[in-house]
Amino acid sequence: MSLSPVEGVALAEIESGTDPGGPATKGVVGRSPGQLAWLRLRRDRTAMVSGVLLVFFLLLGLAAPLIEMVYGIGPREQFQNLLDGFGMPLGYAGGVSGEHWFGLEPGLGRDIFIRLIYGLRTSLFIAFAAALITATIGIVLGALAGYLGGWLDAVINWITDLTLAMPFLIIALALTPTITLRFYGERGQVSSAFGVGVLIAVFAIFGWTSTARLVRGQVIALREREFVEAARASGAGLGHMLFRQLLPNIWAPILVSFSLAVPQFITSEAALSFIGVGLSDETPSFGRMIYRSLDFLQTDPAYVFFPGIMIFALVFAFNLFGDALRDALDPKSSR
Amino acid sequence: MARFLLKRLFSATLTLFAVSVLTFLMFFALPRDPVSSICSKNCNPERLERVRDDLGLNDPLISQYAGYMKGIVTGRDLGSAQGGRCDAPCLGWSYVTNEAVSDTIARVLPVTLSIVIPAAVLWLLLGVGLGMVSALRRGTWLDRLAIGFSLTGASLQLYFVGAVLLLVFVYNLRLLPVPSYTSIFDNPAKWASGLVLAWVALAFLFSAIYARLSRAQMLETLSEDFVRTARAKGLAKPKVYGRHALRAAITPVVTIAGLDVGGALGGTVITETTFGIQGLGRTAVDAVRSGDLPTIMATVLIAAVFVVLANVLVDLLYAAIDPRVRLR
Repeated sequence: MSLSPVEGVALAEIESGTDPGGPATKGVVGRSPGQLAWLRLRRDRTAMVSGVLLVFFLLLGLAAPLIEMVYGIGPREQFQNLLDGFGMPLGYAGGVSGEHWFGLEPGLGRDIFIRLIYGLRTSLFIAFAAALITATIGIVLGALAGYLGGWLDAVINWITDLTLAMPFLIIALALTPTITLRFYGERGQVSSAFGVGVLIAVFAIFGWTSTARLVRGQVIALREREFVEAARASGAGLGHMLFRQLLPNIWAPILVSFSLAVPQFITSEAALSFIGVGLSDETPSFGRMIYRSLDFLQTDPAYVFFPGIMIFALVFAFNLFGDALRDALDPKSSR
Repeated sequence: MARFLLKRLFSATLTLFAVSVLTFLMFFALPRDPVSSICSKNCNPERLERVRDDLGLNDPLISQYAGYMKGIVTGRDLGSAQGGRCDAPCLGWSYVTNEAVSDTIARVLPVTLSIVIPAAVLWLLLGVGLGMVSALRRGTWLDRLAIGFSLTGASLQLYFVGAVLLLVFVYNLRLLPVPSYTSIFDNPAKWASGLVLAWVALAFLFSAIYARLSRAQMLETLSEDFVRTARAKGLAKPKVYGRHALRAAITPVVTIAGLDVGGALGGTVITETTFGIQGLGRTAVDAVRSGDLPTIMATVLIAAVFVVLANVLVDLLYAAIDPRVRLR
């Protein structure tokens, strides 16, 4: 660990810090910042409730095919016999019954509950994939820009400004069919997995800038510190500098920004499918459902509430957890 | 100051130039041939070729781009099929809507402005006010209420809030007409009643974010030395909070506000779709759907201009608000 002689309490702290499982004989228990944060997180009731809720949502999404088996209805099955002459579901609150827990979609008569479960799966998958990819790109480019500075920093900064100046929704709307055409040609049947891939790619192109900004700022703050200078003086390479010296010192803000990026991507995915990009109507998605429900606001008001409340609960849980994580990782935060 | 402004305007122009080149390239790779959407199935090859020539689609890309840019600065002649002389700022001719793009923009831009400007005033006042109050009354029921409000608002989706508002105020209580746009100069009351739901929905969601941000900033500023100094030398509380603390706390809020308002002015796609109002955002979406290249170019460029200008404005505001900032 350290080369300088350490005595007394400091030594005890370091020793018991390396061995958290052992009994604390000297009364002073040393804990790593990670352990401290975990302890604070565990004591935070909001964090625990939202965390459990998130795990529940994740399990629901992962177990979608299993739920389909138990529930007995698929996301593309249509129940036209349960609709009236105008395509409106029979019964109360949009056809809610023991068979169809959340009722049926007007027009096509598909089951809303199982479509929501599959929509959750799509949404979570896209959001997590996009957040991982953008975080990776953002960390690498941000760290490079902050550490090396100079023209690279200027270029990356300028690209960030440029991306911010582009109207995201409109560009995404135009870009998605263009990419699809490049791969499928004029008449190809687009698979829903491909649609998901294109959405993730569009998010990756536009989403990395905020992480890059964050990491760049943090790296600049650390760049002139002694330990960085020491590592450089002992001849560390660029990769070692970035990933062994700098990155371990800034993982906390990165983790927080990651946890808050996921709900943002959930929201963006829903917004894009709301204006009709990317996913076809076959793929269950929150945004698409809400868009379709707008036509039935007067005749079947229950239809808008199920997907609307579902996406609210999901994003709400993520935001609460992200905030709690920030509090746990940053004891100085004034919330 | 003048030097800063010059430098900033130069980089803004560079950004706009890059945006225009990028969009130009991007939309030339658009799936639909813009010509085939103009004349549908029974269109003979000669006519197709003529339209293509009119649009300049047979010229090399660079000269097409140069022609477009020249049109914006000085205006240009587009040929009789496209309405003849097109004055500066000429944004081209749309074969889909059969009108000059600048006319379309002139029609839909006031709609978006009417949605965004009142909403922005509302959300800034509400958000910053709420954030300040809850920071000053930290830990009270008022603070908890404000936190709850901002957490809920930050997690809600505009289209869902919009749908609920429509459902309650238009379809059930019948208090408001179905949202639509009337010019403020024709009938101010109708203008307001047709757009008020859009303002409320936007303001609710945005003010949540601003309340959160300004509360955190205010709390941080209140613990700073200069606030204590101001109190210690005997200044009254309202003066300390309103003049000293607020000015320092509000700078990050101004940054975000610049981006948000600039972005929203370029088209509030979701809001306009939810409430069925034809503004810049919906026009852009329609243009992308029908492969209407000149209109897409125009809407993207206008959106970029708003964002870039808002950024320059934010930098200038910094210096005006926070006495510690010096422009270089």
